[in-house]
Amino acid sequence: MSILERRLIREASFGLTGKLWQISWLYVLMLCALAGVGYVALYSAGGGSPEPFASKHILRFGFGLVLMICIAMVDIRVIAKMSWLGYALGVLLLILVLKMGHTGKGAERWLNLGGMQWQPSELMKIMLVLAIAHWFHKASLEQMGNPLFLIPPALAVLVPVVLILKEPNLGTAVITAVVGGAIFFAAGLRWWMLLTLGGAVLGAVPLAYSHLHDYQRARITTFLHPESDPLGAGYNIIQSKIALGSGGIWGKGFLQGTQSHLNFLPEKQTDFIFTLFSEEFGLVGGLFLMTLLAIIILGGLVMAIRCRHQFGRLVALGLSVNFFMYVLVNIAMVTGAIPVGGVPLPLVSHGGTAMLTVMIGMGILMSVHVHRDAEFSEDQELEG
Amino acid sequence: MKRDTKRASVFTRRALLVGGVQIAALSALAAKLYQVTVIEGSRYTTLAESNRVSSRLISPPRGRLLDRFGVPVAGNKLNWRALLIPEQTSDVQGTLENFSKLLPLADHERLRIDREMKRHRRFIPITVRDFLSWDDMASLEVNAPDLPGIVVDVGTTREYPFGPALAHVVGYVAPPNERDVAQDTMLALPGMRIGRAGMERVHDRNLRGRAGAVQLEVNAVGRVIRELDRQEGVQGSDIQLTIDATLQKSVIDRLGDESASAVVMDVRNGEVLAMATNPSFDPGLFNSGVSQAQWLEWTRNRRAPLINKATSGLYAPGSTFKMAVAMAALEAKVITTADTVFCPGYLDFGDRRFSCWSKGGHGQMDLHGGLKNSCDVYFYEVARRTGIDRIAAVAKRFGLGVPLGIELPGTRSGLMPTRAWRMAQGKAWNIGDTIVSGIGQGFMQLTPLSLATYVSRLATGRAVEPHLTRSIDGRAQPGATPDDWPSMGISDHTLHAVREGMWAVVNEQGGSAPLAKLNLPDLPGVQMAGKTGSAQVRNVSREQREHGYKSENQAWELRPNALFVCFAPYDAPRYAIALVVEHGNAGAAAAAPIARDIMQDVLTRDPTGPKPPQRVADLGAAAGARTP
Repeated sequence: MSILERRLIREASFGLTGKLWQISWLYVLMLCALAGVGYVALYSAGGGSPEPFASKHILRFGFGLVLMICIAMVDIRVIAKMSWLGYALGVLLLILVLKMGHTGKGAERWLNLGGMQWQPSELMKIMLVLAIAHWFHKASLEQMGNPLFLIPPALAVLVPVVLILKEPNLGTAVITAVVGGAIFFAAGLRWWMLLTLGGAVLGAVPLAYSHLHDYQRARITTFLHPESDPLGAGYNIIQSKIALGSGGIWGKGFLQGTQSHLNFLPEKQTDFIFTLFSEEFGLVGGLFLMTLLAIIILGGLVMAIRCRHQFGRLVALGLSVNFFMYVLVNIAMVTGAIPVGGVPLPLVSHGGTAMLTVMIGMGILMSVHVHRDAEFSEDQELEG
Repeated sequence: MKRDTKRASVFTRRALLVGGVQIAALSALAAKLYQVTVIEGSRYTTLAESNRVSSRLISPPRGRLLDRFGVPVAGNKLNWRALLIPEQTSDVQGTLENFSKLLPLADHERLRIDREMKRHRRFIPITVRDFLSWDDMASLEVNAPDLPGIVVDVGTTREYPFGPALAHVVGYVAPPNERDVAQDTMLALPGMRIGRAGMERVHDRNLRGRAGAVQLEVNAVGRVIRELDRQEGVQGSDIQLTIDATLQKSVIDRLGDESASAVVMDVRNGEVLAMATNPSFDPGLFNSGVSQAQWLEWTRNRRAPLINKATSGLYAPGSTFKMAVAMAALEAKVITTADTVFCPGYLDFGDRRFSCWSKGGHGQMDLHGGLKNSCDVYFYEVARRTGIDRIAAVAKRFGLGVPLGIELPGTRSGLMPTRAWRMAQGKAWNIGDTIVSGIGQGFMQLTPLSLATYVSRLATGRAVEPHLTRSIDGRAQPGATPDDWPSMGISDHTLHAVREGMWAVVNEQGGSAPLAKLNLPDLPGVQMAGKTGSAQVRNVSREQREHGYKSENQAWELRPNALFVCFAPYDAPRYAIALVVEHGNAGAAAAAPIARDIMQDVLTRDPTGPKPPQRVADLGAAAGARTP
């Protein structure tokens, strides 16, 4: 059967039912497994009870799953058309949060929208992925060598990054920049430009450090010497490492984590959920969870490679990198590999809007997968 | 399509590169996780354990002090106390207000409670009131609904069943100060007390015991989740004293209102059977801290209730010293028992006249007569012939003016003057000083305990040391048998001569202490030997004497001290007594009858005898009673 024939069959079955069949249910199963791990961990965090965390968590995941499937049904071309509108909305929200944001933990990050606390920066990352993917969708490899062509998308990355830095939220700003950079790279950025840019960023680090807030500097200092301040800023890192280390290879057993149950571990239901899980299920449990996360990350890349249009490819890759960055920063933080950054573990940590944002991203990823063979009018124009 | 294919292949290559970087990064994290959980795992396991487990010490019960028959003289009794747990009530002040209506709280108590509440976390109990009576507890229980956060709890506190009667021997405990805690952190535990005086202080280390430990699981803020392990502390050792508490109490009773001290010793081994000091104090008051007013009352009292007169009271021995003079003279062969001195009622030496207590004089006196009549002139002359240094040397061998083996802190050695001592003061020794020393006056300062030791050594010829500890935790202390003590090296002839003189004092017609003669129908043939002493506390000039000076007309603190030393039975000595009645005037009248009554009681009870004293049986009742 030729590729054309297969395509024709798929095009023919593009009813709603057909689209539902196109969803990668294996991938959905992986997401459910991850949320299941979250349920187990949060059940333990609640002191061996579904209240107050686990039951809410699974309810939100169910809602997120429905939202994801709904978004997956939306034609990727419609999403592409809306991308710049979404981007503009995201930037507006970022400005809004700076103006009237609600202070939490010393930084303005939260916006009260419809009775829920939102972090616009999370939504912004998805919008950014869509917007620059849309820009590069049309780009030929020759255009990728033209610096003038690259200026608008570079600005599109810089504006939210600066706004997020002003919140100030260093962690998310870095993640946003990396996600943007990954799309540039995948779109075919010249290697020399990449290396120049990398050099410039490295050169800017000392300058950036001088603009950091005291609490951010304290994080870096305590990261380098956590024992220097065991009851202050280094407390979280030390207690997290104690929890992981005392869990050992096989863990202390479900609901037996002393560090988390005796409250030595701070924010165990959010940022330190990986620590709680690993304390009770050990290195084995930790590696299992990381494997699950890796499958979801790499699965996103596979979808990107299998997609037949550049927009879909770049979106899927951007979302996969975004998800990867969450995981990387969170686990690196709890194992003491990088300074504490206040980044949750997607689908495992307790938190409503974070879960919703992740599931919106997953919905778009799935839409890319469902519509991987969709024809873009621009494509035809370009080809013609 | 072609361009897209090229773009797609670039994308695929680069996406695979991104995937590779992601896998590499996740692998690095996995390696980091492996490092933390496996390589450094044991270190973190220890840290988690020390996070989770808090070891707390539990105060051990203090060891008891027992008398020689096992009757507790210092024990532990339950202390019911009201505690406040602030977190169990929403209105702490309201609870305290209601508490105050039932059991009034003084302002300083409220301040202390507020202070402790600020210092501790809200789940740490704070003592509101100690030593609750049954009535207090009943009213707290009945009103419990109005007192949220108040709980009644039980601890232990020190109890002294004999109270003031044994206060100076047993001593007392008090809350430890910061210096004590620095030396032994166990003392910081709630309810711990430290021995501050008497045997409580001497044996404090043994009495303290070893702290128990309880392993508690605690959470991050220190709240106790559950108990993991408990090792009970080891109660301090029980210390058995040589004291017979019942005898002690009857001695105290016999001393009555006098400011006096009496020591009863077993002459064969130096065991102190009773050591009484009047007036005394309630040792239990130190347990929770003595008030300023009480302290002033004690320290300003001229009868000095806080001083253990038996070990720290210094008195001129008066005529009780005459046996020492006689022994020194006999041992130095300055006199023989047959040598006589003529007593006209005085002795002139240089331009000074030394009076005998008998104005008319005693006539020709040999040693027997000198002791029996307590003739001053005889001993003036014997002392002059012997010389102070030889007298002092013998006196010191008998325990006078030298440190003794007694355990009690604050024991004073007293003073036995010598030429060298006087020289060290930059003054010359006069023969007149030797002469007055012959009758135990002058510079000489001795404790009742040393006088009891002196009589014990004189009665047995062995250098027994007075002591109070019989056994520690069931282990008998050395020194219980006479053979543990070396011989004095004083000739039997000398010892016999002075004993015989002391026998005459009490038992012979015309002896100076006829009131001391024993009257024990149950113990026929048991006789006591003794010696009176009336020691001036001020110089009485010849002029005053000639103008009809009478000491009993003087103010209390100017009257002579009345002393009596004795031992019994005469033919096989077992018990010695030294008694000082402060400002009692004459030894024969004020001290001898008391000493006789005490000796009769001792001989009747026979606390060192083979048969346990009959009154031990009903000591339970006696232990509960307190001497007023």
